[in-house]
Amino acid sequence: MSRIKACFDSLKQRNRTALIPYIMAGDPEPGVTVALMHAMVEAGADLIELGVPFSDPMADGPVIQAASERALEHHIGLRTVIDMVRNFRQQDSTTPVVLMGYLNPLEVMGYAPFAAAAAEAGVDGVLTVDIPPEESHDLIEMLHQHGLDPIYLIAPTSTSARIQSICANASGFVYYVSLKGVTGAANLQVQAVEDKLKEIRTYTDLPLGVGFGISDAERAAQVSQSADAVVVGSAIIKRIAANITDQTAISAEVTSLLRSMRQAMDS
Amino acid sequence: MSKVSESADRAENFSDMPDAQGHFGIYGGMFVAETLMAPLLELRQAYEKYKDDSEFLAELDYDLKHFVGRPSPLYFAKSWSEKLGGARVYFKREDLNHTGAHKINNTVGQALLANRMGKKRVIAETGAGQHGVATATVAARLNMECVVYMGAEDIKRQAINVYRMRLLGAEVVPVESGSKTLKDALNEAMRDWVTNVDDTFYIIGTVAGPHPYPAMVRDFQAIIGRETREQVMSMEGRLPDALVACVGGGSNAIGLFHPFLQDSDVAIYGVEAAGDGLESGHHAAPLCAGKPGVLHGNRTYLMEDGDGQIIETHSISAGLDYPGVGPEHSWLKDIGRAQYVAVSDEEALTAFHDVTRSEGIMPALESSHALAYVAKLAPTMAKDQVIVVNMSGRGDKDIHTVAALEGISV
Repeated sequence: MSRIKACFDSLKQRNRTALIPYIMAGDPEPGVTVALMHAMVEAGADLIELGVPFSDPMADGPVIQAASERALEHHIGLRTVIDMVRNFRQQDSTTPVVLMGYLNPLEVMGYAPFAAAAAEAGVDGVLTVDIPPEESHDLIEMLHQHGLDPIYLIAPTSTSARIQSICANASGFVYYVSLKGVTGAANLQVQAVEDKLKEIRTYTDLPLGVGFGISDAERAAQVSQSADAVVVGSAIIKRIAANITDQTAISAEVTSLLRSMRQAMDS
Repeated sequence: MSKVSESADRAENFSDMPDAQGHFGIYGGMFVAETLMAPLLELRQAYEKYKDDSEFLAELDYDLKHFVGRPSPLYFAKSWSEKLGGARVYFKREDLNHTGAHKINNTVGQALLANRMGKKRVIAETGAGQHGVATATVAARLNMECVVYMGAEDIKRQAINVYRMRLLGAEVVPVESGSKTLKDALNEAMRDWVTNVDDTFYIIGTVAGPHPYPAMVRDFQAIIGRETREQVMSMEGRLPDALVACVGGGSNAIGLFHPFLQDSDVAIYGVEAAGDGLESGHHAAPLCAGKPGVLHGNRTYLMEDGDGQIIETHSISAGLDYPGVGPEHSWLKDIGRAQYVAVSDEEALTAFHDVTRSEGIMPALESSHALAYVAKLAPTMAKDQVIVVNMSGRGDKDIHTVAALEGISV
């Protein structure tokens, strides 16, 4: 059984919604990442999304763009990110890790070498923002061969036909983008999200994560009523950006945010 | 030439490309975030409907004739041809279009489509500002809200075009992310589109981006090649031996080339920007010195590093300063139907001066790259052979750049 499935099965038994923090690998500098991943698990994270820096992050708002630029100053590439996961796995063999990024670094490394290296290092899922199911055949095949879950986005604009086709290709969980816009945009509309999740559930039994626009504990708690997972990215990265030179403060502020979200979601 | 004949023997059906999903061989496609898939499919459907709609086409023809000023002349550059001492060189005068470049052929078409689709707001990316001006122009005429994204670096270099856009009523938004140039402006326009997808039409300025843009922009620009075909037949009584055009994203080039792809005796040359020279690494020549990858919604040749990060480009010409290229060009390169070469900043500047002095026509620095290659090609050809080069834009916008290089302040 994949680590992602085991994670969601166990959460379901405990009637708990997953909290999924997103950080950019290598932001603000490479030494921070693995320690921060462990600290986030300690603070209540159930699964970690690790961003792969890219020079042209078209789907991201200014907060994550800046994180990508900070990581690229240290030349953090896909291979380095995979090494970070291998390093993380030395102390944590249960928390699933999903790589999230754009297609071109995978194209350059090659799907087969990428999938092999990622699986060997302990990566569990791969979310590639700019590859819809229509273009995914080769990539999915390679990910499946190595036991990796292809994670897909569903958007407010997705038609029911597209939702069906995405769910047919996805495994692990499905990620619902809660608003029309880039990451870190204005707050989502809770009722609209609930309605869309109901629709998606008619097509799949996979757990449903919700992200884009969840910035505080209150919003996280509201979304956790209908979602199986709450994804938080820009709100975390803002706290990293505010403490670039102070690794202790980064860890303290990020874990404090996650604890407040965890508490609000569980109560 | 043997490669050209071979591909023709394989009977590539150029007019059937791309396939329904926008692929030119392994290139093209739709590589965007899920939010944009529905609007792209809606656009594809609208375009499929209107591209053969007689009322739409009649309106487009009317605008091209009365607003843009088409057909643009095919001009025999007699004295420059004599100076080069080889083939007879013709200029396709896209520089004489309204707003001074070929860009308006496409913006007129996309604006009519936006209007048909009921979109009240248009957005665009621009590098040198030519596409931004052409978009602001059609938006003013159709009373649409217009927002143009432009890299902060480019805004500094192209103050006059920025002011032109503002005079036309467009909002020009400086893009401060990444390298602050054209590619970043495109990223920002995509972010706007994903946010305002309900009421906004994204007018992409070149034959790149996700399907259906590469095919749609090509179709709007193919008027260049169709007119050229008729004009050269009436002036020379035969097809040209060679076509030459500069390639940044590649819209003026594909517009000239496309109606001639089936004519295997017509040699086709696309000219990229070699900047300081291909060996220097400071250039904008993905077809000559890049590798295939995925950027801005399509698979194509790119300038990238070993990690797949897009690298900064260099060219004296802002309109060629782009790390990707339209996917159809990537395909034409791989099948050998077109050849892609590169000329340096210095060679382009020499051609700029030579053509200005010998023909009384001041070319854009982009077009000067095509002319610089003609200066190499023409002398190798016989005096009864014919070259058509796309004079894709006029050089007025570049006189500050040229003057600064010569230490003159204007």
